[in-house]
Amino acid sequence: MTPHPESWLCVRPEGLFCRPGAFYVDPLRPVERAVVTHAHSDHARPGHGAVLASPETLALMRARMGEDRAGESQQALGWGAAITIGEVRVWLQPAGHVLGSAQVAMEWRGSRAVVSGDYKRRPDPTCAAFVPIPCDVFVTEATFGLPVFCHPSDAHEIDRLLASLSLFPERTHVIGCYSIGKCQRLIALLRRAGWNAPIFLHGALAAPCREYERLGVPLGDLRPATVADGESLKGAVVLAPPSAITERWARRLADPVVSLASGWMRVRQRAKSRGVELPLVISDHADWQELNDTIDEVGAPEVWVTHGNEEALIHAVGQRGIVGRALRLVGYGEEQDDVATTDR
Amino acid sequence: MIAFADLLERLLFTPGRNAKIALLRRYFSTQPDPDRGYGLAAVTGELSFAAAKPGLIRDLAAARTDPVLFGWSYDYVGDLAETVALMWPGGGGATPPAMSEVVEALHAAPKSDLPGIVAAWLDASDASVRIALLKLITGGLRVGASARLAKIALSEMAEGRIAPDEIEEVWHGLTPPYAALFAWIEGRGDKPDPEDAPVFRPPMLAHPLEASDLAGLDVAAFRAEWKWDGIRVQLVATKGGRRIYSRGADDVSAAFPEILDAMKFEGVLDGELLVIRDGVVAPFADLQQRLNRKTPGAGMLKDFPAGVRLYDILFDGAEDLRPLPFDERRLRLEQWYARVHPARMDLSDLVAFDALTDLSTIREGARAAAIEGLMLKRADSPYVPGRPKGLWWKWKRDPLTIDAVVMYAQRGHGKRSSYYSDYTFGLWRDDGAGNEELVPVGKAYSGITDQELAFLDRWVRNHTTARFGPVREVEKSLVLEIAFDAAQLSTRHKSGVALRFPRIARLRTDKPAAEADRLDTLLRHVATTPAEAAQ
Repeated sequence: MTPHPESWLCVRPEGLFCRPGAFYVDPLRPVERAVVTHAHSDHARPGHGAVLASPETLALMRARMGEDRAGESQQALGWGAAITIGEVRVWLQPAGHVLGSAQVAMEWRGSRAVVSGDYKRRPDPTCAAFVPIPCDVFVTEATFGLPVFCHPSDAHEIDRLLASLSLFPERTHVIGCYSIGKCQRLIALLRRAGWNAPIFLHGALAAPCREYERLGVPLGDLRPATVADGESLKGAVVLAPPSAITERWARRLADPVVSLASGWMRVRQRAKSRGVELPLVISDHADWQELNDTIDEVGAPEVWVTHGNEEALIHAVGQRGIVGRALRLVGYGEEQDDVATTDR
Repeated sequence: MIAFADLLERLLFTPGRNAKIALLRRYFSTQPDPDRGYGLAAVTGELSFAAAKPGLIRDLAAARTDPVLFGWSYDYVGDLAETVALMWPGGGGATPPAMSEVVEALHAAPKSDLPGIVAAWLDASDASVRIALLKLITGGLRVGASARLAKIALSEMAEGRIAPDEIEEVWHGLTPPYAALFAWIEGRGDKPDPEDAPVFRPPMLAHPLEASDLAGLDVAAFRAEWKWDGIRVQLVATKGGRRIYSRGADDVSAAFPEILDAMKFEGVLDGELLVIRDGVVAPFADLQQRLNRKTPGAGMLKDFPAGVRLYDILFDGAEDLRPLPFDERRLRLEQWYARVHPARMDLSDLVAFDALTDLSTIREGARAAAIEGLMLKRADSPYVPGRPKGLWWKWKRDPLTIDAVVMYAQRGHGKRSSYYSDYTFGLWRDDGAGNEELVPVGKAYSGITDQELAFLDRWVRNHTTARFGPVREVEKSLVLEIAFDAAQLSTRHKSGVALRFPRIARLRTDKPAAEADRLDTLLRHVATTPAEAAQ
């Protein structure tokens, strides 16, 4: 009889621990052995011993936190290539969240669990698409785990941005977006829509963009926003971290249209309270329908929810006979909270 | 409906006044009749549907969604219409209904048919249109644009041929979908004739009298009245009905039924709405109690009785008195009052004076609870809408001041959204255990220069001690000199006192916080003199 995943996967203060492999997935504190799903700061933390991740995730981690803090030893693992850690067979498949983002598949004595990390199902020109893996336990996020979250298509949102740019040709459009993933996806989507003008970047976004380009994602003409004169920013697109768009940093811009690209923008008061004039519902997470569809697709009889609105998702899958369990891992989703709170 | 939904969404998020006017103008210029007329009615708050109510939406949501998920979603979103719109399953793809189709069906359809009709609309619409639809039904549009902005947009549409005030004068005689109004705006028809409808007349406004204006003032040519601290209203009674309008053309009739009841005459009068008990005017805080209620209960009517202190007459019957000089209108007002003698109304007395020095003394003596200062009106001035220069002056008494300590700061709105520009300030008092404590007495955000704002913003960021959402608590070390018009007792404030029009007079960086004023000092300023005594 195959062991139940609860007998070999457990939650410890450091994070989700795989006992027969003696490693953690996305640990929240420094540990000896870590498998990291993606390079965002809430999942990839500094100071681990050995780190296993996709080559792109390791590169982005080094770029973000510095060579010496991204793990004492690093091991890159390509898509689908299986290795054995301790008694556990481990392989990675794309999660579609940001460049390099992976699901971690683990198999021990015939029992298979998949930790999806953060994921989305929409096509993204800057990263590989999510690959569903049938499993016994699917460990999912639930960032947008309420039925009010239904992301419109990227094309629809980019059209709204372009319409605003043509309606206000004198005004700078400053868009708040996370430095890894959302920023480069927005640039790529704009390029696809024919926006070939220079795109100006807040200082915090420059290094991740350089790393994306080095990893083979072309982004076109990018320039620093901080040294650009006001005249050249008229009618331009400026990208900045969400915390900077209503901060002092944005005061230099010419009569800016303040925009924010996030799944949270679906709720009007969320956008309104952030002083956002042009909310763009562009998310790197699965929406409600996609969370549910993904769970059905991988066919797991049991679903563990790491973070987000877990009660609603567990309630919904329960009605389909799937056992849901909240892991209550405190510390994930902090990048999203940056959008939720007013001032960080 | 798509264009209207888009307009609503844009108006909600657009902070700038001019940008809002541009959005409204574009909507009115590009949408056909009668859709745009119903859109105008929705924006100006002129639409309401008796049969369609929030309960209908709850029932629809209950039929189409999981109740547990609905509950959590509603908790999260915090708005019924938006929650239902966002989680409505499926939707889009088909053609959403036109604005006119929606409005006409909501008016005409039998109540029992409505759930089916609304559900079919929601099925055909995307989330943005669904929000607009449900907000129309629940009457909670909160468009973020005033009725006045819509009229300015219409005036701009007429390319300057028609002033916003001209639209205002016919507005209350019109009904949705305003085909005649649009024909007039677009030069295809005559100005609509309101006939006997009780329409609003744009009021004549006064300029503040500054010290520099005083020297050139020929006081002998002016009449003086008290400036009452209430709200300005226009009472309109015609064959077609009775209305009480605020200065901004809002119909506030329903909130003051006792006044409406007393308007047994034909004419248009200008006056100050006040809470008056036994001939004595109550502080503004009492009137505020009434203003907070759309329809007052019996207790409210008894405890906060409203009255109107009249100071001008615009129409006597159908006779337009506005071209007459002030003195003649005043005479007509007194004759009219002697003849009609309406309940709940009295005349605002003229204040006798001989010379400017005399007036200054009177103004300074005006410390009664409900008097803000003096009004000076030229004896020969006709009643001119708007704010003509040199005819009417408002001469507020000098403000009182206190030195208070900044306690909390909050971000501003619009252009000031990146600045901590709203400050809660406090005064010292004994905490009951022999220690001094600060108690908040008010909030101010105006009166400072851009440079001072930049200084305060930086100061707040560098002296934050705690954060509560958008609010920062700061080190209690910065003193502001706060100017205010009056202090009134209030049970709703922790300090027991409320300030009228507090604003920042000066930054007192030179003053240690411990030397700021005490609450006792402010309490000595509380106006207790009955208003009548000032006369």
